[in-house]
Amino acid sequence: MSEPVLSIRGLSVEIPSRTGTVKPVDGVSYDIRAGEILGVVGESGAGKSMAGNAVIGLLTPPAHIAAGEIWLNGTRIDALQGEDMRRLRGKKIGMVFQDPLTSLNPLLSIGDQLSETMLTHLDISRNEARKRSIAALEEVGIPGAAERIDSYPHEFSGGMRQRVVIALALCAEPSLIIADEPTTALDVSVQAQIIALLKRLCRERGTAVMLITHDMGVIAEAADRVAVMYAGRLAELGNVRDVLTAPRHPYTQGLMASTPLASQGKARLHQIEGAMPRLNKVPEGCPFHPRCTFAQDKCRAAPSPQITDGAAACWFPIAAEKVS
Amino acid sequence: MLAFIIRRVLQSALVLLIVGLTAFSMFRFVGDPVDNMLGQERTAQDIERLREQLGLDQSFPVQYYKFLSEAAQGNFGVSYRQGRPVAEILLERAPATLELAAVSGLLAIALGIAFGVFTAIRRNGFLANFIMSASLIGVSLPTFLIGILLIYVFSVELGWLPSFGRGETVQIGFWSTGLLTASGLKALILPSITLGLYQMTLIMRLVRSEMLEVLRQDYIRFARARGLRDRAINFRHALKNTMVPVITVIGLQVGAIIAFAIITETVFQWPGVGLLFINAVQFVDIPVMAAYLMLISVMFVGINLIVDILYFFIDPRLRVDRAGGH
Amino acid sequence: MTDMPIKDAPQKVVEQSRLRVFLDSDVFYMFKKSPVAVISTIIFASLVLSALFAPLIAPTNPFDPASLNLMNGFTGPMTPNAFTGESFFLGTDDQGRDVFSTILYGMRVSLFVGVAAVLLAMVIGITLGLISGYVGGWTETIIMRTADVQLTFPSILVAMLIFGVAKGITPVEYRDQMAIWVLILAIGLSDWVQFARVVRGATMVEKRKEYVEAARLIGRTPYAIMLRHILPNVLSPVLVIATISLALAIIAEATLSFLGVGAPATQPSLGTLIRIGQGFLFSGEWWILLFPAVTLLTLALSVNLLGDWLRDALNPRLR
Repeated sequence: MSEPVLSIRGLSVEIPSRTGTVKPVDGVSYDIRAGEILGVVGESGAGKSMAGNAVIGLLTPPAHIAAGEIWLNGTRIDALQGEDMRRLRGKKIGMVFQDPLTSLNPLLSIGDQLSETMLTHLDISRNEARKRSIAALEEVGIPGAAERIDSYPHEFSGGMRQRVVIALALCAEPSLIIADEPTTALDVSVQAQIIALLKRLCRERGTAVMLITHDMGVIAEAADRVAVMYAGRLAELGNVRDVLTAPRHPYTQGLMASTPLASQGKARLHQIEGAMPRLNKVPEGCPFHPRCTFAQDKCRAAPSPQITDGAAACWFPIAAEKVS
Repeated sequence: MLAFIIRRVLQSALVLLIVGLTAFSMFRFVGDPVDNMLGQERTAQDIERLREQLGLDQSFPVQYYKFLSEAAQGNFGVSYRQGRPVAEILLERAPATLELAAVSGLLAIALGIAFGVFTAIRRNGFLANFIMSASLIGVSLPTFLIGILLIYVFSVELGWLPSFGRGETVQIGFWSTGLLTASGLKALILPSITLGLYQMTLIMRLVRSEMLEVLRQDYIRFARARGLRDRAINFRHALKNTMVPVITVIGLQVGAIIAFAIITETVFQWPGVGLLFINAVQFVDIPVMAAYLMLISVMFVGINLIVDILYFFIDPRLRVDRAGGH
Repeated sequence: MTDMPIKDAPQKVVEQSRLRVFLDSDVFYMFKKSPVAVISTIIFASLVLSALFAPLIAPTNPFDPASLNLMNGFTGPMTPNAFTGESFFLGTDDQGRDVFSTILYGMRVSLFVGVAAVLLAMVIGITLGLISGYVGGWTETIIMRTADVQLTFPSILVAMLIFGVAKGITPVEYRDQMAIWVLILAIGLSDWVQFARVVRGATMVEKRKEYVEAARLIGRTPYAIMLRHILPNVLSPVLVIATISLALAIIAEATLSFLGVGAPATQPSLGTLIRIGQGFLFSGEWWILLFPAVTLLTLALSVNLLGDWLRDALNPRLR
């Protein structure tokens, strides 16, 4: 297999506070290869966005990377500071945020924002930047891009604005895109279009995508592989088909059972008892054990195993035949 | 846009009418204007003649209308105290106040924005914290104390700068300017610092808090995620958005500078309209008070109108006529 | 702000539990943790107390002509007078009045005018704010438009105009006596807009809530609803504005008095004292000016610091 674009090894993020240090991300490892979409899924507070922010170097202090390594295209980037990190952002790593309504500067035209980004990273003229800006807007499917380049964000609908945001994230041709809940703030009808757009661009350009979402439907639709996170830790990592059809971690199973998927058509949705622990109260052993129907003494005592691809962080993973 | 400006102009006109009514009521009902205008030796005919002359025998709305149309032509009556037309006195004194207000206004706006941006960007820096603490003292320090302090240090102790007056002035048409002579410029230094310092502090604190608010916005995060340089983020993305609410307040502050000039002019015996006004208040010289009120209302309203129009250049969301989309 | 002992409760039990709630509250915890807040409270409280008990603390009554000796004029601080040998803590002014005593009495006038003016502004602002927020319609339009127009003018200017007009109305022989009340009226009337705006906003929010609807359904009068149900909910922003307004009112009073359109020389406030002291700046008697000025600055700064802290503590969004 080819060298992964992004490789995270044992990444931990800590936030020191008055009442003690919390670990929103705790020993997470995964790879993303070129042209591949990795879906990172979990409830809010599971640490999925925090991991994304750590990769692009936008953790809000006092949050910081406490342990682990982040490799991008064979270069270690987790210790990069200031200017060095800034040069990577936008150029090597693009990011798409959740809310397109607030992601764009209301006072600058979208053409200005696109050109500005390109001029920062690429050695091109203003004219060239403008031409490329129009091309970038065309590529993300904005009709009449040449006329609309001088429009301001408020003149676009939500879905169109998210297309602009994607164009902005991709305009300096980064090798990795971090998309943090890119469809959550959009109408359902627009969500599928945005996902299709991301998929197409990623295939065409061979960009690696970290798709952060809480929506299993989006994962099923878009992702090649999936990383399930729970309370800051990786619960399960594997091919999307394997994880979705035969989850091995009890949490993934619960998550699947509680998600309405068109293919399944179950009469009644299952729900997981209890709630994910608050980060300052993560239990000893496997963090999921208080809610797990299969929990045994070992789960309460020993931390769940660190995992690699195709495995579940569980002492007693569910065997394939157990799933109905 | 045109509709918006027309609405604004109409609103401004309404404000001026209300202010005019207040000024007129002051003139008409505070004390007896006839009493105030005639000396001790007066006859019943004198009183009758003046009443007619002033139109006091007519109905209130008619009197008000007359007052307004007179005022619009620059006729504000005769000062009780000086016995000269108020308009003449005002015109003579206006340049002094306007020059002082302009210099200190520019000083306050330029330094206020610069310090505000600096303290917002270097939020936890030592110098920024020091400036912020000092600014709270600045807010608590009344303007007249600042003036007295400056006089004490630079005039009494060091003897560098004059403590009162405008210095030499040059007459250009009706306008007398102190900006063209060395002594005029020297005389301007202390008063303009005195007048500008408080406004500068206010603008600085406002710019800082608005800028901190803007720096928390998603589009700033997104700009960072795109790897834009700090300079571009701070000055292109953040400052422009900061200015939207700040401009309104700066407009109000410019108005306040003209009003606060009263205090500075008193401290430095600066021969402007503010000093004229405060003397009018002390001696209940109603025509001067009324005229001053009218004059600065026109200025305030004008400034507010300019601020509204400025918005169109800064905020594209207000230029509704070219909205597409949706 | 239900944890404020707002009215004297009929039962002692209620009183105690309210105190308990206050001592346990986050606000009080944050207060204890903030040295700035504690120090400025102590300074402000001691200034208020010394103003209140000025007749007991002051060595002389500066307004009793019998106690004055012109020979004592221009005595420097802590140095014995050349003629009489008497010594004064902060020196004396031109008429031999003890500066320390005049400051104590002056602070009394300053604080009295400041507090009374803020109370007046509060009563007017809250009343108009409640009415315009609750009643709406034309009433609201008229009140809030008036507020907008007044807000265009700096309040110190409005106060000067009101002062001038009031002075014109009062007969000459009463002017000095009335000056303090005219000042309160002028500053109070120039400062109500802030209160009205905040109370109106909060009232419009509260009005739509179920409990107000319920109170209306069980036949409470609008008057009772506004006073008993809505008012307690808007008290915390009002408290913040009142504190900041107090600092502004004290400065406004000092400014007006300094300009000679405020407290008269027979009843001087800190501003009047500074006005008097300014006359001796060039002749070297700095203490007549310096000590009242420092007192005024300390007073205004302690209230401002307190207001700043209170704003952050009670409502971080109110800026």
